[in-house]
Amino acid sequence: MNWISDVVPPRIRSLLRRDTPENLWVKCPESGQLVFHKDLEANLYVVPGSGHHMRIPAKARLAALFDGGTYEDIPTPEVPADPLKFRDVKRYSDRLKENRAKTGRPDTIMLAAGSIEGQKAVVAVHDFEFLGGSLGMAAGEAIITGMLTAVERRRPFIIFTASGGARMQEGMFSLMQMPRTTVAVQRLRAAKLPYIVVLTNPTTGGVTASYAMLGDVHIAEPGAVIGFAGARVIEQTIRERLPEGFQRAEYLKDHGMVDMVVKRTEMRPMLARLCALLTRAPVEPPLAAPEPQPA
Amino acid sequence: MMRSYLDFEKPLADLEAKVEELRALGTDGKAIGIADELSRLEAKAHKALVDLYADLTPWQKTKVARHPQRPHCVDYIDGLLTDFTPMAGDRQFGEDEAIIGGLARFRGEAVCVIGQERGADTQSRIKHNFGMARPEGYRKAVRLMELADRFGLPMISLIDTAGAFPGIDAEERGQAEAIARSTDAALALGVPSVALVIGEGGSGGAVAIACCNRVIMLEHSIYSVISPEGAASILWRDATKATDAANSMKITAQDLLKFGIIDTIVREPEGGAHRDPAAAIAACGAAIADSLASLGNMGAEELRNSRAEKFLAMGRKI
Repeated sequence: MNWISDVVPPRIRSLLRRDTPENLWVKCPESGQLVFHKDLEANLYVVPGSGHHMRIPAKARLAALFDGGTYEDIPTPEVPADPLKFRDVKRYSDRLKENRAKTGRPDTIMLAAGSIEGQKAVVAVHDFEFLGGSLGMAAGEAIITGMLTAVERRRPFIIFTASGGARMQEGMFSLMQMPRTTVAVQRLRAAKLPYIVVLTNPTTGGVTASYAMLGDVHIAEPGAVIGFAGARVIEQTIRERLPEGFQRAEYLKDHGMVDMVVKRTEMRPMLARLCALLTRAPVEPPLAAPEPQPA
Repeated sequence: MMRSYLDFEKPLADLEAKVEELRALGTDGKAIGIADELSRLEAKAHKALVDLYADLTPWQKTKVARHPQRPHCVDYIDGLLTDFTPMAGDRQFGEDEAIIGGLARFRGEAVCVIGQERGADTQSRIKHNFGMARPEGYRKAVRLMELADRFGLPMISLIDTAGAFPGIDAEERGQAEAIARSTDAALALGVPSVALVIGEGGSGGAVAIACCNRVIMLEHSIYSVISPEGAASILWRDATKATDAANSMKITAQDLLKFGIIDTIVREPEGGAHRDPAAAIAACGAAIADSLASLGNMGAEELRNSRAEKFLAMGRKI
């Protein structure tokens, strides 16, 4: 501790810390390889050598997804905060404040609208940095808003999930987001609009057990942990070691729960293609012979 | 059967033991003049029981909700339905007896019933997997709900589970997807649906079959996003803080009625449903009949819409 850490507010401190040398290099958790942070960002937080998918900030995800990196921010509705006046080892209201300061957004869901290779869509992203992407009233209401906006504008709806599950600090209000979001999925379905779920690391609990498993198409990012119960809970219940690769994206594909595992760097064309096919959009520009690619 | 007491019922257990002793003396004909003492003690024990149960803490209610002698799904089916015709299997993988269900008559009318059964002794608990369903159970529930919808049968759903089963096989076969589809099917029903939380409504495993037009809870049942023990070990990082977790999470029927998450509470007999199962079951029958009557004039579209709007409205105004 010195006077800087005592006096300078946390957000400014993190700016200062950015310049320290150890943050310029990021270690790949899979291969141990060191990657220069600019290279990692340029490759959408996928480690160039190992192909390991690190967590990508929600904003960077949206910028990389939409044409020209531009999109319309759709505001998320305000909801009653801390309905239970909950307190565990810490006050929930304090946790909310901290996470708002840390992420600069009101809760975990970001909503956006824009074009993906020309295909217009409404998109929601879970920001895992905000209380583990947990599903509470704010997230539920935001997802409902996103889905109903898609219905109103007659656009496909795409969600990128990353969540530990229900926000326990909101008790049953959190659990009720499972049926609430399901009602909104049914509205998308009734309007015959495509609903595409991209499952990213990690997607578990009540999120997987509701809107994340109700898509028309399920895409998973490589290596993402996707499941209902947490690995620790399962191990404690059955007193067995879990098999290699259990609850990973590839395992879910093998077991018929996702349609495809798609690398983040290839996500944009895949989403655009699916939206175009499901909305029967004409091919644009008209088919031309592919240009020869440099080797 | 010997009555089993919960830890917080110790003073009550002592009193009732004394009452029993005196009663035994009385029938032996050895003691004279104990009648007064007996009736005095009986009154005292009764008052202790009523007082204790009038003011249970959420953690105590959790224990009552899980009481080994509390009536279970099969008891409600026996007590409330006739012509019960159980059906089995999800037509995909297997039969999961954690969720039982089928066709039956409720007060003469054909209905469809599904419910979680925990079992009452070691053998039946294993058979029913302690009421913790695997994907097959939820897929069977979907099958039954679709059957109800097609044939216009009202659906009665009995909730009593610690949660969906957390196991390798369950994950392998898509536990999350099965729960999501079951919730989806329940919300799509064009027939009247009533859910009754009879014991423990444990998280997503309960929600999957509880998204009904009317949700009723027994007075001492609980309905929760995670068990108090689970919340304690995750949020407090201390499994012994279950009491604090139960108190903080608002899991009682009384709290949830206030929040608009459930619609009705059924009063339990004095000292809880396990003290007089027949009375508890009869009271539930009346509540289910009332709920179904209130939905009787609605068409399929209206039932779907009003159910959807009910869930969408939850939490918007607190």
